[in-house]
Amino acid sequence: MASIDISSLSVASAQDALRRGDFTSVELTQSVLDTIAAKDGAIGAYLTVDADGALAGAAEADARRRAGEDRDLLGIPVAMKDIFNVKGQPCTCASRILEGYVAPFDATVVARLRAEGAIPCGRVNMDEFAMGASTEHSAFQVTRNPVAPDRVPGGSSGGSAAAVAGGLALASLGTDTGGSIRQPASFCGCVGLKPSYGRVSRYGVTAFASSLDQVGPIARDVEDAAILLQAIAGADPHDQTCLDRPVPDYRAALAGASVEGLRIGVPKEYFVEGTDPQVMALVRAAIDKAAAAGARVEEISLPHTEYAIAVYYIVATAEASANLARFDGVRYGRREVGPDGSLQSLYDLSRTHGFGPEVKRRILLGTWVLSSGYYDAYYNRALKVRTLVRRDFEAAFAKVDAILCPVAPTPAFKLDSTVNDPLQAYLCDAFTVPANLAGLCGVSIPCGRTADLGLPVGLQILCPPFAEPTLLRTARAMEGLLK
Amino acid sequence: MSDSSLDVAHVCALAHFDLSPEEMARFQRELGPIVAYVNKLSELDLTGIEPTQYGQPVANVLREDVVEPSLDRETVLRNAPDASETEFRMPRIVE
Repeated sequence: MASIDISSLSVASAQDALRRGDFTSVELTQSVLDTIAAKDGAIGAYLTVDADGALAGAAEADARRRAGEDRDLLGIPVAMKDIFNVKGQPCTCASRILEGYVAPFDATVVARLRAEGAIPCGRVNMDEFAMGASTEHSAFQVTRNPVAPDRVPGGSSGGSAAAVAGGLALASLGTDTGGSIRQPASFCGCVGLKPSYGRVSRYGVTAFASSLDQVGPIARDVEDAAILLQAIAGADPHDQTCLDRPVPDYRAALAGASVEGLRIGVPKEYFVEGTDPQVMALVRAAIDKAAAAGARVEEISLPHTEYAIAVYYIVATAEASANLARFDGVRYGRREVGPDGSLQSLYDLSRTHGFGPEVKRRILLGTWVLSSGYYDAYYNRALKVRTLVRRDFEAAFAKVDAILCPVAPTPAFKLDSTVNDPLQAYLCDAFTVPANLAGLCGVSIPCGRTADLGLPVGLQILCPPFAEPTLLRTARAMEGLLK
Repeated sequence: MSDSSLDVAHVCALAHFDLSPEEMARFQRELGPIVAYVNKLSELDLTGIEPTQYGQPVANVLREDVVEPSLDRETVLRNAPDASETEFRMPRIVE
């Protein structure tokens, strides 16, 4: 059996080959497993690989195809961020507090992928509980940027982006609470799509900040992102925040994609001092190409942008402090009891030794903003400013169809360069958190590499809630213009 | 030491953390600038502005009241750090 080169294989082209009978899903899956075994030692994207489960799933997919089934994801292996419950697999969220936990059920997105014939092949690294922007807050291992091994892959879905960019997966699912899909996609040179709030079920996805979290794909191109979104989108009786709205045909929306006549907004607050000049130049060049291709580009203002980080780090940490209260050493995960054998010591020690420093820092901040005497001054105030951020976007989208801007102020930074300055690390999320606060859909697509070091830079496209067809069409058209 | 009103020792008790004095001092030092930063929200006049709690404005989402099977006890207890055949086992709290 000849091994298949998966290093730049897209989901769509792999599916074409499966349909033609060029190879089977078992052969494709074995090639993914062999590639991980050969190459992941240098990257560190995967925490665990489920070889037996993946090959069994592949054999089942091949049988389904022989029985006449034909689906876009039938027989395609997909890498899963370690935040999704996949029945029978660990789900640690890269945290020691969940060591030993084995998922007793499938998350809705996993069940939907399986129904479409996709195969969860392994679990990829992340910042602990999705808190971070470099994957350095994983309790287990360092993940390197495949493009520049001395640099981070971004985060928190850094393992997902590194696996796709490093040729260790065709595609991956991640989560995005404040940029955790888009920023690693930008750093590694992939496509990363955050759907609108309410588009995809979070049932079985470990919660970080429930009013912000969304599940989405990291993929090699826009078409693959559309295929994965198609599989996971839609209402779920197990998640009341997942809205009962029709799911359009996203792949069909890509046909003949063009920016001609599209109204594009360029927010002046996203092009300010502090952003790397090379990032700014590449994003500006992409916008110029859109204009040259017939888009109507205009400058817009999102005046409350400068408050978004402050709002985010109050709202997200408050919600996290409540969500992570469930990790108490009682029902699953790590348990540690003090010498006095008390219940209090069980709670305190299990949590103190189970959570890493970044998670503790955020729980402390979130607990404080919700505590007596500070709730109104911080949490409630932040919710009101969130309204202003949302209104900025509503006003902008009354005039434009899509917003084009940078994903992050810099390309991938060096390992160990931000972990000691939490506030500086938080400020790097300035261009991604507003979309989560306002419930928008957004995508990062590659828009070139820096001249000096050849580091990937992403272009961010934002659209109103549930305008994924416009988002994907714009992304597909820009992808063509930037090739 | 910052002038932050965030008292790490108090918040640790609320969050069920048992930190060493060194760790406590470190968090106190790191959280000060973050609190100072988020204080910029006090610049804004928010009179009459309603809070946004959710990513999309929805309320009272209901589903059919149909009983579905849930996880069985044995499966759930398999993940427990300490359990009998039927229950999670915990330290005694009543003498």
